[in-house]
Amino acid sequence: MVQLTLPKNSRITTGKTWPKPEGATNVRKFQIYRWNPDDGQNPRVDTYFVDMDSCGPMVLDALIKIKNEIDPTLTFRRSCREGICGSCAMNIDGINTLACIYGMDEIKGDVKIYPLPHMPVVKDLIPDLTHFYAQHASIMPWLETKTNRPAKEWKQSIEDRKKLDGLYECVMCASCSTSCPSYWWNGDRYLGPAALLHAYRWIIDSRDEATGERLDELEDPFKLYRCHTIMNCAKTCPKGLNPAKAIAEIKKMMVERAV
Amino acid sequence: MSYLTDRKRAQGTGAGRQGTHHHWQMMASSTALVFLVPLFVFTFANGLGGTYEEVLAYYSRPFPAIITGLTLVVVIIHLVREAQVAIEDYVHGVAEKLSLMAVAAFGYTLIAAGLFALVKLAL
Repeated sequence: MVQLTLPKNSRITTGKTWPKPEGATNVRKFQIYRWNPDDGQNPRVDTYFVDMDSCGPMVLDALIKIKNEIDPTLTFRRSCREGICGSCAMNIDGINTLACIYGMDEIKGDVKIYPLPHMPVVKDLIPDLTHFYAQHASIMPWLETKTNRPAKEWKQSIEDRKKLDGLYECVMCASCSTSCPSYWWNGDRYLGPAALLHAYRWIIDSRDEATGERLDELEDPFKLYRCHTIMNCAKTCPKGLNPAKAIAEIKKMMVERAV
Repeated sequence: MSYLTDRKRAQGTGAGRQGTHHHWQMMASSTALVFLVPLFVFTFANGLGGTYEEVLAYYSRPFPAIITGLTLVVVIIHLVREAQVAIEDYVHGVAEKLSLMAVAAFGYTLIAAGLFALVKLAL
């Protein structure tokens, strides 16, 4: 049964308020989710004040500044800091996005930062994406061929290559899947927008020879058909992709081969 | 706690090899309802306000009776299928199976009762 309230040990409490930077005139307030698996405490929201005159423009710049100058225990993933690696996905101001490409000028008022919703938390802003990655692996995210010719490169027309646009750009940040209510309730069985977008990327690839098997593997009330076209995935995708459209295209192919 | 690999946990027992039929049936019944619902509203409104005998006579005519019967069947089957999806979304385990059976039983009973009433009116 769907759980409508948080378990007692997951309820968020008010955390520590860190002092304002001395002498700063342009200060911004950050409220950040904190949870440490080792201290046995409930999650809390800590309050930080950042001097914006000595901080970069993106949310990730502020997080790095907080970690470097205020609280070194604040934990989050980050790597490329330019929207390519997908590491710093988190819920900022109520939206799942990448902290590195989300400007603080887009946020009115306090900056509220939480980990991606409805995922187990490893620590602070780090969600456990183990199942998400395993679901991605299950859709066989590689070119599957059966014939061994041509023995050199497999050509693709310009038109066929264009079909991959809007699909190959996905960086697997999990913003879409964790914004999807269907994924919240049935994430154990529903593959979610990210894995399905990748599934369609290989289904539609003109060089792939496993189209039928790929569709067979998706023919399931839960793996594919839990998508109810809620469109949160398309709204939240920090790369501007449309997983809901890819899922709809898979459903169209399913109908075309069955009816 | 079970020492399953992440991949095995994600794949579960594999694909159920169904879902497209349900999806197609929902699309088909939705399309049918686009036409049936306005026709039903039109015929029902025409029968409103009459005396008991006038309504009996109205529903003895084939067009209002057939439209009403079709709308009743298609709406309830559509409702049962939609309720099935909602139950699968939010209820799991034994409660899910029992809810699915209860909804189907309720839906088909409604169809039977509705058609019985309609036949009594029409014949």
